[in-house]
Amino acid sequence: MGISNVKLDSPGKEVLLTGNEAVARGALEAGVKYASSYPGSPSAEVLDTLAGLSGEFELYAEWSINEKVASESAAAASFAGLRSITIMKPDGLNVAIDFFTSLSLSGIGAGMLLVVGDDPAAHSSIKEEDSRYLTRLAHLPVLEPATVQEARDMTLMAFALSEDLGLPVVIRCVTRICHASSVVRLGSIPRFKARGELKQKFPTNPQAHADIEKKLRDLSKTDGGCVYTGPEGAKTIIIASGPSYTYSLEALETLGLTDRVGVLKLGRTWPLPENELLNYLGQADEVIFAEEIEPFIEENVTSLAAFNWADLHPIRFYGKRSGHIAGPLGPGIGELDVDVMIDSLAAIKGLDYDRSLFSQDLVKHLGPLPVRDRSFCAGCPHRASFWAIKSALALDGRNGFVLGDIGCYAMGRGRTGFYLLSSVHCMGAGVGLANGFGNLGQFSFTQPVTAIVGDSTFYHSVVPSLINARSHNSDFLCIIVDNETTAMTGHQPHPGSGRDARGNSSPVVGMEDLIRGLSLPVYVCDPYDIPATVNLITGLLSQKGPRVLILRRACSLVAVKREKRPRVYVDQEICLGDGCGCNRFCSRVFGCPANIWDRERGKARIDEAVCAGCGVCASLCPQGAIKVEEV
Amino acid sequence: MITNKQPFNMIFAGVGGQGNVIASKLTALAAVDAGLRVNVGETFGASQRGGTVMSHVRVYQGDRTLGPLIPSGQAHLIIGFEPLDTLRILLAYGNRETTVIVNNRPVYPLNVLAGEADYPNVEEIMKTMGGMVEDLRVIQATDLAFKAGSALSTNIVMVGALAGLKCLPITAELFENCISGFFRPQHRELNITAFRLGLQAVSN
Repeated sequence: MGISNVKLDSPGKEVLLTGNEAVARGALEAGVKYASSYPGSPSAEVLDTLAGLSGEFELYAEWSINEKVASESAAAASFAGLRSITIMKPDGLNVAIDFFTSLSLSGIGAGMLLVVGDDPAAHSSIKEEDSRYLTRLAHLPVLEPATVQEARDMTLMAFALSEDLGLPVVIRCVTRICHASSVVRLGSIPRFKARGELKQKFPTNPQAHADIEKKLRDLSKTDGGCVYTGPEGAKTIIIASGPSYTYSLEALETLGLTDRVGVLKLGRTWPLPENELLNYLGQADEVIFAEEIEPFIEENVTSLAAFNWADLHPIRFYGKRSGHIAGPLGPGIGELDVDVMIDSLAAIKGLDYDRSLFSQDLVKHLGPLPVRDRSFCAGCPHRASFWAIKSALALDGRNGFVLGDIGCYAMGRGRTGFYLLSSVHCMGAGVGLANGFGNLGQFSFTQPVTAIVGDSTFYHSVVPSLINARSHNSDFLCIIVDNETTAMTGHQPHPGSGRDARGNSSPVVGMEDLIRGLSLPVYVCDPYDIPATVNLITGLLSQKGPRVLILRRACSLVAVKREKRPRVYVDQEICLGDGCGCNRFCSRVFGCPANIWDRERGKARIDEAVCAGCGVCASLCPQGAIKVEEV
Repeated sequence: MITNKQPFNMIFAGVGGQGNVIASKLTALAAVDAGLRVNVGETFGASQRGGTVMSHVRVYQGDRTLGPLIPSGQAHLIIGFEPLDTLRILLAYGNRETTVIVNNRPVYPLNVLAGEADYPNVEEIMKTMGGMVEDLRVIQATDLAFKAGSALSTNIVMVGALAGLKCLPITAELFENCISGFFRPQHRELNITAFRLGLQAVSN
């Protein structure tokens, strides 16, 4: 793991890589020259890695303003004869899909890959979404790596496939590939001076639809890297893609079914390898689908079977759609793992499987084990911002509300943000919704409307909403919580950062200038100064028309690395404990993980292992018992 | 020892911000340097944000196709950075033969700080785990990390403790090489000290 392994010039050597690094390595081995992305988990580290190596391997890499621009700029490189790659999560593909549906009809030049990091169970997403439906809509072939090694192998070979077809090719990686690490055998990285030139035209051609359908039909006659493991002529076949393949193998081993059940692993999941599938459908009585998020393969294989029904004998199908492959929450949410496959296979095969797990009774005497909610980090400026907004809304007293958005601050809908958010949808949606609420005046709507967005989201998708708000004079306050980075995905830069993906300094597209350019009033405040922030917001809530407030303070995870932290401590002589009447404000209400309770003394305390030294709690303690000491 | 457990399943369990992703990464790198195969599965969506975080590390010898996730009840070793979350992970992934190394310092969940839930008594948690498994090692990892110079090195104290258990064919020297290679020069000494304190804590 780490960039030093990704760049190793040692063909045949085996090194530890993450799935994201393996994708980057495969692209380097294919001679990629242009990489663009907007950061999204779980695939953000692909571009982080390529950007880190861009100087050494003479490629261009950028964090684009959003996924649509990323896709378009990567296509430009392809048109100019340079292999390119663009990386996003499914939410980003939703933003970019308009371009891809036309790109397949114009064709491309040099090989172009679209890497989508799907996140089954939504570990680090607002929702789980299966990108295969959209990429199918755009007529793009899809490859799904089952292991980290395959992430490298498929990325490498997909460029040639893309050039053969004249279409972008999709690599669909799920979280358990992107964020997994394993030993990968390396190939060689070509070093060459690339030259770009546009030599032909690429207009979208609606008539090309027929050609594409033919290309995909022809492609469906090839095996697309499928691999069969198991006994000859097995009557039960699992059709698997991605890491579900490895889960299936381990589940069969655990249940002692390896001599009775075969596993057909698909490499390419769109278009499906029809000949291979029909071959196995012809021998099987039972077909089980192991795939993540939606029953995409299940639906398309059963459709294939229906078209060939006359040549097949009756088959029972088991999968997500049939309800047989399901985690504890049902087939709709969650990822597969070995346990889900064991339980599902045992149920289908009528086997008993006893895991001999510990009984929950063993911990009964401890009482219910408290759950662990996610929270803003210690010192996070968002906590201060949310507290200030909450206080201002309470002072205003007109039942105002806050529309949320995607980023760390989306956690503000929970305890850590004082349950402040009334909505959270997709990037930019909060300000879009505010536009609508702000236009409801003629319907006796009187509640003050506030939308909260991050700095990276502002550039990504909020600017058009603000233009709309200006031109329709919509009534709302847009608050940009500017922590000077794209924090949620690992601190990638944005157009306001003054540095690019490669670490070079770059022109700053100033937030205030941009907003003033839209003829909108803009205010700036430091959220750590809570009284000033509350005052300012309270005043802004009663103004009319669209207005913007920037609450600016660097992400505490960044600040803690570059600044010396003051020591914050509780003077327990001053703290009145439960006698204060503050209801333990610092630990119970403000909820910073560094504000803990000293049970022995019945007083507040600071956990020095956690405290970031921001001192905001000191400004809120009614007794002034929390002290900040510069060190 | 790994030779009779293939794969050898380890779970690093903790709370976002405790550095368990780096601990699992260093262990995986050391395993590869020792000629072993390794698969790591992380869930780091919540890694910096106070949620329960675990890394699955599966170490084995020879070629095989193996997924990154450890099935429930099949962990051979749990390296726990926090008492409550270690207990939680032990319940789901452990069995009687599981070895547990656990840091004794709690990180309180928000609802505990808010007074809506109780954090069980730490000694009771340890006693409970001691009754569940044969081999439980309680380490004062955060205190040792402060002693090394920074609470941020708690994760490296835990890696030291793991090395001290000698359940993997990886020498302490190899671990130290990986740690030296991983951290910037100004942080090397701190982390090597932390590693050695963890190692000693288990060896004693």
